[in-house]
Amino acid sequence: MSSAAVTNKKGFGATLWDYLTTVDHKKLGVMYLFAGTLFFAIAGFEALLMRLQLMIPNNDFVSAGTFNELLTMHGTTMLFLAATPLLFGFMNAIVPLQIGARDVAFPFLNSLGFWLFFLGALFLHLSFFLGGAPDAGWTNYASLALYSPGHGIDFYVLGLQISGAGTLISGINFIVTIITMRAPGMTFMRMPLFTWTSLISSALILFAFPPLTVGLFLMLVDRMFEANFFDHTMGGNTIIWEHLFWIFGHPEVYILVLPAFGLFSEIIPVFARKRLFGYSSMVFATILIGFLGFMVWAHHMFTTGLGATANAIFAVATMAIAVPTGMKVFNWIMTIWGGSVKVTVPMLYALGFIPSFVAGGVTGVMQAAAPLDYQLHDSYFIVAHFHYVIVGGIVTAIFGSMHFYWPIMFNRALSEKLGVWTFWIFFIGFHCTFFIQHFLGLMGMPRRVFTFQADQGWDLFNFISSIGAILMAIGVILLVINIIITAKSKPLNCRDYWGDGRSLEWAIKTPVPFYNFKQTPLVRGYDPYWLEKHEGNKEGMIYAEPLGDIHMPNNSILPLVMSIGTFVAAFGALYHPDGKAWAIPVLILGLAITVGAMIVRSVKDDLGFHVHVEEVIATEEHLYGKGGNK
Amino acid sequence: MGHDTQVQAKSKKQYEYDRHHNAVHMRKQVINFAIMIFLTFLAFAVVVADFSAYFIKPVILLLAGVQVVLQLYSFMHMDDKKASHMGVISTFVWFGAVIAFTMFLTFLTIIWW
Repeated sequence: MSSAAVTNKKGFGATLWDYLTTVDHKKLGVMYLFAGTLFFAIAGFEALLMRLQLMIPNNDFVSAGTFNELLTMHGTTMLFLAATPLLFGFMNAIVPLQIGARDVAFPFLNSLGFWLFFLGALFLHLSFFLGGAPDAGWTNYASLALYSPGHGIDFYVLGLQISGAGTLISGINFIVTIITMRAPGMTFMRMPLFTWTSLISSALILFAFPPLTVGLFLMLVDRMFEANFFDHTMGGNTIIWEHLFWIFGHPEVYILVLPAFGLFSEIIPVFARKRLFGYSSMVFATILIGFLGFMVWAHHMFTTGLGATANAIFAVATMAIAVPTGMKVFNWIMTIWGGSVKVTVPMLYALGFIPSFVAGGVTGVMQAAAPLDYQLHDSYFIVAHFHYVIVGGIVTAIFGSMHFYWPIMFNRALSEKLGVWTFWIFFIGFHCTFFIQHFLGLMGMPRRVFTFQADQGWDLFNFISSIGAILMAIGVILLVINIIITAKSKPLNCRDYWGDGRSLEWAIKTPVPFYNFKQTPLVRGYDPYWLEKHEGNKEGMIYAEPLGDIHMPNNSILPLVMSIGTFVAAFGALYHPDGKAWAIPVLILGLAITVGAMIVRSVKDDLGFHVHVEEVIATEEHLYGKGGNK
Repeated sequence: MGHDTQVQAKSKKQYEYDRHHNAVHMRKQVINFAIMIFLTFLAFAVVVADFSAYFIKPVILLLAGVQVVLQLYSFMHMDDKKASHMGVISTFVWFGAVIAFTMFLTFLTIIWW
């Protein structure tokens, strides 16, 4: 609210209420970041338990059933509830600043997207305490999932349905924001690469999540109402789930990796202190990867017997993706080439990312060759491959960007020294864990096994792999310690923390006021802040309008209420097949809460409020001292 | 910030231009509507005429495709080049159509019972 921005100290209750009701993209970005980190830690812990189990042969640290739950929850949580929200965190915090907008296009939906994701995730994790987590792998293949006893799979289906709706809403929000909310002069071909990749990745969300929703819905009715979509004995077909899942699942990989590419395309030019090499080819490659990402899903299913023709088509299409990805890699290298490189922590992550991701890409092309895939399928080679892509590509991007964007998001800088330690420990741990798994796979160790017999030549490699996992865990703990220490450090109150910022987000002095720009900036070219800096503009931007009243959205508790409604309804749906008498009333109650909140939202006009010029000036003076943001 | 709504009276010229424009637009709408009715009639006709199923199925699908495009471009205003972000909208519509078609093709060709 307008007056709240000027007042400084707030009580705990008021702060909590502020975060529960906020529609501010910067606060939601922070919430996504912390929720994502929480689930990242949980899923990482699950991974650690699995690696401890596999450290020595014939181990009985966890039981086979628990191991299945751990591997399922690790995969599901990492992809849906850790990587996605962490990237959404950066998209929320940075994209509106990069395009010169005051907020996203639909601030209310932004908040709704977060709460749906969070409560869906919470619902999924409650399965641990309510009779067992899902245990059919993150892919949840129907032939396994339909016969899984207990409620694990139901938690998976309902939890992902809710959090998937949140992701879809956020994706649509970002498409609209990037297309319609750009500042004057910010043409498509002047958009920073992170904005471009966010746009393409949001478009992929728009097209990829509906198949998942359909698949989950079919799974839901199969399990709860004994429909037979996936039951071959009743005329269904289990392969349909695999297709629906991978039509979603393959683009999902690109949904995650494209923003990661974008983040590195921001980091590298800043620290190479050179304009991004081949900007237009980067944009083109992003679009091409997005398009091809939809045409290759069946390469996950080569061994289901699609036939030689289908396998050949999907193999060639998959290999084609290496071309635009290669373009990107060469562009990054050419950006660094001849630059005056400053090796900061974000740049370290970028330098570590390039070879790691290329290694993941190369093994990907190996698997794209269908005949070889028959050898590699369901072995540790696959596990090594996708961890190289996801950890080497996405996690390094997230960690690097945390260091890179922390000054903008929190007005504090993460410790460089601790960051360097984190990087090396994590990076060495990562390669130690996964490089050797390629060979375990080639030696025939199948994935998703809870233990193995001694003396098959796997003992030493598994031991080394587990040591690597412990190193990675230490790295993550160091990062968390770094975050906690930084919270106590002095605020920066500066503009362009790294000194070589190029795009618009660096032109704003931190802390960023809640309305972002006191006047909408005018963008005169690619890398607008760099442009203004070089022309000696001390303010970092020129303005497209005079100082005036700013129209901002009101906070609202309704998104949380709506999400709680679906959360309650999910419990009703979950326990209905058990014949519990309260199941249907709870289901109806939950839906009533959601629909009621929607009706309130529709009936009550919420036109937002205006921040008047005097308030803007007062806020600026409060934040930056006399003279405001100069 | 331009939050004040400006009301401007139309000039005589503007009024006549709009009138002419609307008339042209209406004529187009009616013609398209007639084409739609005709295509629907054709679809019914081939069924009633009891042709071979191998003729009826592709013809009906073809007519359906034509109608979808007509619907999108004339009644849902995708032919309105001046509307904001029409390029983006077309891209998204056709990209979605291509993806949906791939899935349709998949379910017909490489899923078997």
